[in-house]
Amino acid sequence: MSKGVAITGMGIISAIGDNVAENYNALIEGRKGISRISKIDTVHKDAIMVGEIEASNQELVNQLGLPSENNYCRTAMLGAIAAKQSIADAKISDIKKYKTGLISATSVGGMDMTEKYFYEYLEDKELQKYIEGHHAGDSTQKIAEQLGIEQSLVTTISTACSSAANSIMFGARLIKSGKLDRVVVGGTDCLSKFTINGFKTLMILSDTYNTPFDENRKGLNLGEAAAFLVLESDAVVKAENKKVLAYVKGYGNANDAYHQTASSENGDGATLAMEKALKVGGLQPKDIDYINAHGTATGNNDLSEGRAIIRVFGEDLPEFSSTKAYTGHTLAAAGAIEAVYAVLALQNNVIYPNLNFKTQMKEFDITPQTVLKEKELDTVLSNSLGFGGNCSTVIFSKQA
Amino acid sequence: MSKLKQELKEKIIEQLNLEDVSIEEIGDDDALFGDGLGLDSIDALELIVMLDKDYGIKLSDPKEGRKIFESIEVMANYIAANRTK
Amino acid sequence: MKKVYIRGVGSISSQKTLDNKEFLDEITGYNDTVISVVNPVYKDYIPPAAARRMAKGVKMGVVASKVALEDAGLENVDAIITGTGMGCVVDSEKFVSAIIDNNEEFLTPTSFIQSTHNTVGGQIALGLGCKGYNFTYVHASNSFESAMLDAKMQLEFDEASSILIGGVDELGAHTVKIHRLIDHIKPVEVSPANLLDSGTKGAVFSEGANFFVLGNAKKENTYAELVAVETFNDLPEENLLEAVKKFLIDNNVLIEDIDVLIQGNNGDVVYDRYYNSLSQGIFSKTQQIYYKHLCGEFNTASSFGVWLGAKILKTQQVPDIVALNDVKTSKLETILLYNQYRGENHSFTLLRKC
Repeated sequence: MSKGVAITGMGIISAIGDNVAENYNALIEGRKGISRISKIDTVHKDAIMVGEIEASNQELVNQLGLPSENNYCRTAMLGAIAAKQSIADAKISDIKKYKTGLISATSVGGMDMTEKYFYEYLEDKELQKYIEGHHAGDSTQKIAEQLGIEQSLVTTISTACSSAANSIMFGARLIKSGKLDRVVVGGTDCLSKFTINGFKTLMILSDTYNTPFDENRKGLNLGEAAAFLVLESDAVVKAENKKVLAYVKGYGNANDAYHQTASSENGDGATLAMEKALKVGGLQPKDIDYINAHGTATGNNDLSEGRAIIRVFGEDLPEFSSTKAYTGHTLAAAGAIEAVYAVLALQNNVIYPNLNFKTQMKEFDITPQTVLKEKELDTVLSNSLGFGGNCSTVIFSKQA
Repeated sequence: MSKLKQELKEKIIEQLNLEDVSIEEIGDDDALFGDGLGLDSIDALELIVMLDKDYGIKLSDPKEGRKIFESIEVMANYIAANRTK
Repeated sequence: MKKVYIRGVGSISSQKTLDNKEFLDEITGYNDTVISVVNPVYKDYIPPAAARRMAKGVKMGVVASKVALEDAGLENVDAIITGTGMGCVVDSEKFVSAIIDNNEEFLTPTSFIQSTHNTVGGQIALGLGCKGYNFTYVHASNSFESAMLDAKMQLEFDEASSILIGGVDELGAHTVKIHRLIDHIKPVEVSPANLLDSGTKGAVFSEGANFFVLGNAKKENTYAELVAVETFNDLPEENLLEAVKKFLIDNNVLIEDIDVLIQGNNGDVVYDRYYNSLSQGIFSKTQQIYYKHLCGEFNTASSFGVWLGAKILKTQQVPDIVALNDVKTSKLETILLYNQYRGENHSFTLLRKC
């Protein structure tokens, strides 16, 4: 049993940088990674904008040193890169020294290869190696292999846009219960025609830069990213004299049970998730110094989430902002990249601006933080809300 | 016009998998959403695709759809006035 | 820490398993390489308006969960945790092929929404109005075990008192077609009786939904205690024996205490060796059972194994059809389950009579 859940390492690759430092610099410099799509040949290329990672698949293969006959999908490669960074950041040289698991999250999995070779599989034997790589768990198995995690607890969570927040939550519980001494948690999703067209059918893709919490928001930009964090028990931290970046203090998941894709008008699920997370962390709303909102910039999300925030925080509302304007909505990875951003906020005592905000929403009078702000932060709350009514909150803190 | 209305009813039943509903049960003025036929926002998105595919009408805002899909009558009038195929 | 019990079950499989009053009384035979479930009359459980957009996986999950809840005498639960290897694969296939065939035009949202992995868990919650914790694990043959482990931890620490868990997967035509190409599906038809002697690669592909209500209070109709579950991303054959021994030691159980071993043999000539090393090794004198000749192979087929174990402990009967060896135990109290798929994602589960 471990009281604290320490974060001792982080890794990330996103549209605003290939590592933690690059991501942080972009965040404080207000540099967004949203552009026209270049790596996927889609008929919608002039109608959407995305948060694309610069590296091509071949460059990712080279970076990981994979043999040419590998069957890694882009999701697996991005995940492996971010996860390896997190292990290096945590200065782990012998992964087998402690009981170490891996909880990854993905919604796309190997869909990028499946949609490319769907019919070709039937003709071309060379391509059939990717068939086994389609299912979501395969990318996680490959990340585990890249990290040298063997004969251990390795699993994958897929709850749409809250997936990675949920992998942090499950990982934290595994540490607290003593089932694992150390666990690598996070998520990874690459861009795909599948998700581009899927969100297109829901008519929630913006044709320009996404504008979270703005009255005239037009929808989201999809993004691709991967981020992983190393969680360790008090015992490992002590034995290894580990530098702790922050702690996972509270967490909560709840279901809106309202609609298959949309959030309820009053944000019931999000309200419950935040309340649960505060309770687990033994915190009051006034203890939260910054809210990293889900803020996808869809009409529905920002209204529902904003109302939920008001319900929970009332008068004690701290600064809040969404970083989706930087990275796009990275689906199953979002909760993990925003966890990295939350930890960086704590380490540097900064609140990131909610880019692209111009006009106050009519339905309520709360306004996101729009310029970079320095403030002593102890506790940051991060929301991740998804399809199927899946609502998650994770709270990060400087103290255990 | 009555042919178009009949056609719309058939398409709605088929497209939206309304297995237990017959054409006769859908009145021209019945509300399609809410208390009427009970369609929801996902159905509205399905119908927007149908407008595009079958009648060459493109809608960019799902909210527009809700007004057009008020009833078979309203829908048929809108299609008759705006169809490009 | 509280103990965790299986309080209700609901199973849709290639056998008639949905009626909890029966226990494999009548076996559905086949001679095939792919088998589907015995479909219930879905309309008896789901109103047509709600069912009209549901994928088969969702329907199976909704019905199996309703039966499990009824069996447990509950109307709602504190949490819903689902395992699925592929999610609603028919809709995924439909959406991908529509993207390609129509060059990204005239696509509709329904199949995209249904293809999201957590659509089964989400729609069960929607149906029940359950606002509690809702997770979906998608890790191949450990999807269901991950759900079971998560639920078990919450119940042990009393974070919840009743949790609905389940494993669900559906067959998809294109998925079947491409998995034939890579020898994951048997090349020639096989009957249940001949599955293990088929001498061919691959498995008989199938589908199903097995749902359970777990709780941390023992009630009259409780099936069994869920003592432990442990998963391994990989496990070389030479380390299997050591791993099972350690699992038993960790749970204060001796090899002799195991009354029945339930194994996930699927007749794959390449990968059944894992099971054989246990059945011919330390458990050679233990009563052994298998089940994939009845339910086929799918990512969450091991949930059928847990259903079988729970039924055996509750009814104190072992149907002849599942016997893997001739050993007959004198008591039915402790059951060990072992499963893996294609040498990856191994799991041990321990059930005890209560």
